[in-house]
Amino acid sequence: MSTHTEPTRSGGTASAALRVTEVSKTYPGSSTPALDNVSMTLRAGELLAVLGPSGSGKSTLLRAIAGLESLDSGSVEAQPAHDRVAVVFQSPGLFPWLSVRENVALGGRYKRNRDRFDHDAVEDLLGVLGLAGLADVPVTELSGGQAQRVAVGRALAVRPDVVLLDEPFSALDPATREDLQVWLRNVARELNLTIFLVTHDVAEAVALGDRIGFFGGPQGFSREWVPARDGTTVEEIVAYYRNGGDVPGSWVI
Amino acid sequence: MNTADSGSRTGITPAGSGSHHESEHSPSTDLDAAGGSRQHRPGSRRGHRRQPLAPRLIWGAFGLLVTVAVWWIFTHAAGGANSMLAAFQPERLPAALGSLWERGVILQDASTSLWRLLCGLALAVVIGVPLGLLIGFSKPFKWASTPPVQFLRMVSPLSWAPVAVALFGVGHAPVIFLVAAAAVWPITMNTAAGVAALDPLHMRVARTLGATPWEQVRTVVLPSIRPYVMTGVRLALGIAWVVIVPAEMLGVSSGLGYEILNARDRLAYDEMLVVIIVIGLIGIAMDALAQWLLRDRRR
Repeated sequence: MSTHTEPTRSGGTASAALRVTEVSKTYPGSSTPALDNVSMTLRAGELLAVLGPSGSGKSTLLRAIAGLESLDSGSVEAQPAHDRVAVVFQSPGLFPWLSVRENVALGGRYKRNRDRFDHDAVEDLLGVLGLAGLADVPVTELSGGQAQRVAVGRALAVRPDVVLLDEPFSALDPATREDLQVWLRNVARELNLTIFLVTHDVAEAVALGDRIGFFGGPQGFSREWVPARDGTTVEEIVAYYRNGGDVPGSWVI
Repeated sequence: MNTADSGSRTGITPAGSGSHHESEHSPSTDLDAAGGSRQHRPGSRRGHRRQPLAPRLIWGAFGLLVTVAVWWIFTHAAGGANSMLAAFQPERLPAALGSLWERGVILQDASTSLWRLLCGLALAVVIGVPLGLLIGFSKPFKWASTPPVQFLRMVSPLSWAPVAVALFGVGHAPVIFLVAAAAVWPITMNTAAGVAALDPLHMRVARTLGATPWEQVRTVVLPSIRPYVMTGVRLALGIAWVVIVPAEMLGVSSGLGYEILNARDRLAYDEMLVVIIVIGLIGIAMDALAQWLLRDRRR
């Protein structure tokens, strides 16, 4: 078990899964950039939790990585053999006209995923995600926690190299959130996922993150913690928030 | 720094966007990750079904009885002074129906009218759905099309009857044209409303899963707007059935509308009433059929 606390769960070399290089983005009509020359690396098999003040641009960075934002400059490069990212949003956004199983298998309907999509694997995935008993349930009958698990399953079914989670549990009540955090950690280990998790919840970052990055502002990261190595505490990070953090962009992660 | 915030700008946090799932989320006390499905199920359909059938049937039969009684009393009271009203007496209808049946006109006229209705509706769907999609997806198109669409919508399609006859001559074509002209607007408007109600999160989900624009249309747009289009078709069906009768009074020599004029010209008022009753019954049957066929199959 203790080996799981290593920065890379895969146990292999910490090769980069994704490299963000000097990315800038200014929204039309805005005088200040949303992202200003941001660089970072996501290692294969790690869970990088990204904290930061509201409005710092961490969600913009996630969307830039997801390809949902056009970039003014810079690049987001998946490393060789890592070419697919999947996103889970704060709301599950399940398709109400489909069952749980059909929602999870949604990606298989798209040409991009067809070569890699395995419909039999969907059944296994439902089992791993603890959704096997709900496979044929209409998604409108799911609880919030169940729905978000289906949303994660839908993202994982396309076998992504990188999973982007944008505050996935923030709309859930505390008990459900904690359950899903434990669940996500187990699923991430079992499937050896590479995860970029944007969150407001410091405890969540400490509980889940192999690394924690503090996104201080549009210029980028100002601090990094490795809980397993540093014994990082929630209090320490909250104090860092309270002190206003360091200069954004002063830390390379 | 605030300008960098993402959520509000692109709506990635669709709080209050009204999607079904969010409303499922809000009462979050019973969100037990390990728990079973929710007890409460939104939607009135189940409650509706639980209502006992018997009172509805009994009251329905009672209403029908009262209607026939009033009809009988009125036609008998006024029938002495007016030969047309006398012909409307309920007990004369079976003979009139028999006469229409024997001459084989009633089935033929009904099927002719239904065929025209179907063609007109199909034409309205073929025009209305793409038009509604355009209005829904393109703001410039919506703004540009609003004045003419609003104008055309407000003009009774029957106003075009002389034009239709002049353009298409006599026969099926002008009737189909008028039916389509009446039916196209509810379909267009409902399709556009369906597009407006699209959940942007659904589109984003499809996009991040790699859906091409066409795949987004196929897997998100069409299933999302389906209930709206179906409602539009059902509304259109009702309007079209109302319009087809007068439409068949011009330039054609078949159909239920024509049969009304034909019966009048032969002073066969009882047969005329039979045709009117047939029109009403077919309308009710079609609406029930449409409700059943076009019911929302969303689970």
